[in-house]
Amino acid sequence: MKKIEAIVKREKMEDVKAALNKLNVNGMTIYQVMGCGNQKGWTEEGMEDLNILPKVKFDIVIDDKMAEKVIDAISEAAYTGDIGDGKIFICSVEQAIRIRTKERGNDAL
Amino acid sequence: MLNTGDISFMLVATALVLLMTPGLAFFYGGLVRRKNVLNTIMSSVFVMGLASVMWVLVGYSLSFSGNTGGFIGNLDWAAFRNVGLEAGPYANSIPHVLFAAFQMMFAIITPALITGALVERMRFKALIIFIFLWSVIVYYPLAHMVWGNGGLLAKLGSVDFAGGNVVHISSGVSGLIAAVVLGKRRGYNMTKYHPHNIPFVILGGMLLWFGWFGFNAGSALKADELAVHAFMTTHISAACAMLTWVFIEKLKTGKTTVLGAVTGAVIGLVAITPGAGFVPIWAAMITGALVSPICYTFITVVKDKFGYDDALDAFGCHGIGGVWGGIATGLFAKTSINSVAQWDGLFFGDTRLFAAQIVSILITILVASAGTLICLKIVKLFTPLRVTDRDEQEGLDISEHGESAYPSFVGLD
Repeated sequence: MKKIEAIVKREKMEDVKAALNKLNVNGMTIYQVMGCGNQKGWTEEGMEDLNILPKVKFDIVIDDKMAEKVIDAISEAAYTGDIGDGKIFICSVEQAIRIRTKERGNDAL
Repeated sequence: MLNTGDISFMLVATALVLLMTPGLAFFYGGLVRRKNVLNTIMSSVFVMGLASVMWVLVGYSLSFSGNTGGFIGNLDWAAFRNVGLEAGPYANSIPHVLFAAFQMMFAIITPALITGALVERMRFKALIIFIFLWSVIVYYPLAHMVWGNGGLLAKLGSVDFAGGNVVHISSGVSGLIAAVVLGKRRGYNMTKYHPHNIPFVILGGMLLWFGWFGFNAGSALKADELAVHAFMTTHISAACAMLTWVFIEKLKTGKTTVLGAVTGAVIGLVAITPGAGFVPIWAAMITGALVSPICYTFITVVKDKFGYDDALDAFGCHGIGGVWGGIATGLFAKTSINSVAQWDGLFFGDTRLFAAQIVSILITILVASAGTLICLKIVKLFTPLRVTDRDEQEGLDISEHGESAYPSFVGLD
């Protein structure tokens, strides 16, 4: 299992949701987050301090086989080509448990 | 003869009626989801600009100057020509301009009331064009028919003290028709639309209550005994309606909500509006006490059955509450309280006023429904009525105004 953490522009939230829905990815957690990247939050060079910007973050845990498809879908849906489109992080997930049934692994997703 | 007491009272009453519109903006604003709060508030606030300018240019004249077939006035008073600081034909102790200003505030709040049925999905541009047309096609004719010299509904002998027909039934019915034409919000019946800020609703509801003293007592047009009477009937009707709404809620759901208390108070005010200066105080208590069960049934049972999306219950509260108010006036009015009424109400054994009230309610419903359909047809020539699906998802604050009420939140709800 892989966990996909995608940080995207706020106005791209609905597009990313729609893209995931198309792939039948139904489990997700969405956060409102603040942060900045290499640009320190500025679109122009030269500012010293950090400009923390509002973004939306998706957490999706998914079967290994689906991971690349989901990454493609998100990077396409969240793309504008401008600075600040966001980032996607992938990590391995050791275990998943559905609380109601105690199922484990892919069955719990 | 101008009277300074009357002038000062009416100036204050006029300002109070204006205050109801921002009150309504908060009342409605609190009821919608947070991604639509600014659009909802703007829908009321913008009318304060639009309807005021229209009123001075043509509205007052079309409503109150002269008489064309009992339906509408003429343009003799356009741009307030011949409307001066001496007493006018409708009130002999206050300047003509003051009467026109008082009536202007009614022309503002009435279209603002309609917007409660249309929130969270109507394109702002379409709403503006709609309100512009609706004022001309529905409001000015109705105001003339009820209050203007030679107006059709006044000639019938029906009475409407502060605007049950003109303001509440007309806006409620128009809201219903427009909500049906506009269609339901995304996910209607699949998701619950929780009010995003109940304290806003309370703030707005209480401002409405406060402003309503100007609305009803001011409709006496002078600082006299009738104004005092209307002040009391207004207040006690709201109080009774609040109690009965909360009582019904307790019976039905086991909990008493603040939202219910405020809703009850507002519909109590709606119901007493046509009769405030005609019915005895005990009858005002009955009018208020009964409006809650009537509107509650309508909002919970009838609306569900027909499945129309009257988002904030503009029809359920103002339409139905207004109809009940008109009927209650026909039941309990007394000529000894206000001789404008030609006959006593049905409760005192005379059927004529009651019949006139029913006819005037039906005519109001007819004019409002037909007028609204015509307005919407014309609006559609210029712009689609609804925002796109995507804009509706993201919220109308961003899509229509490019503003966010709570910048740290996006439209996650």
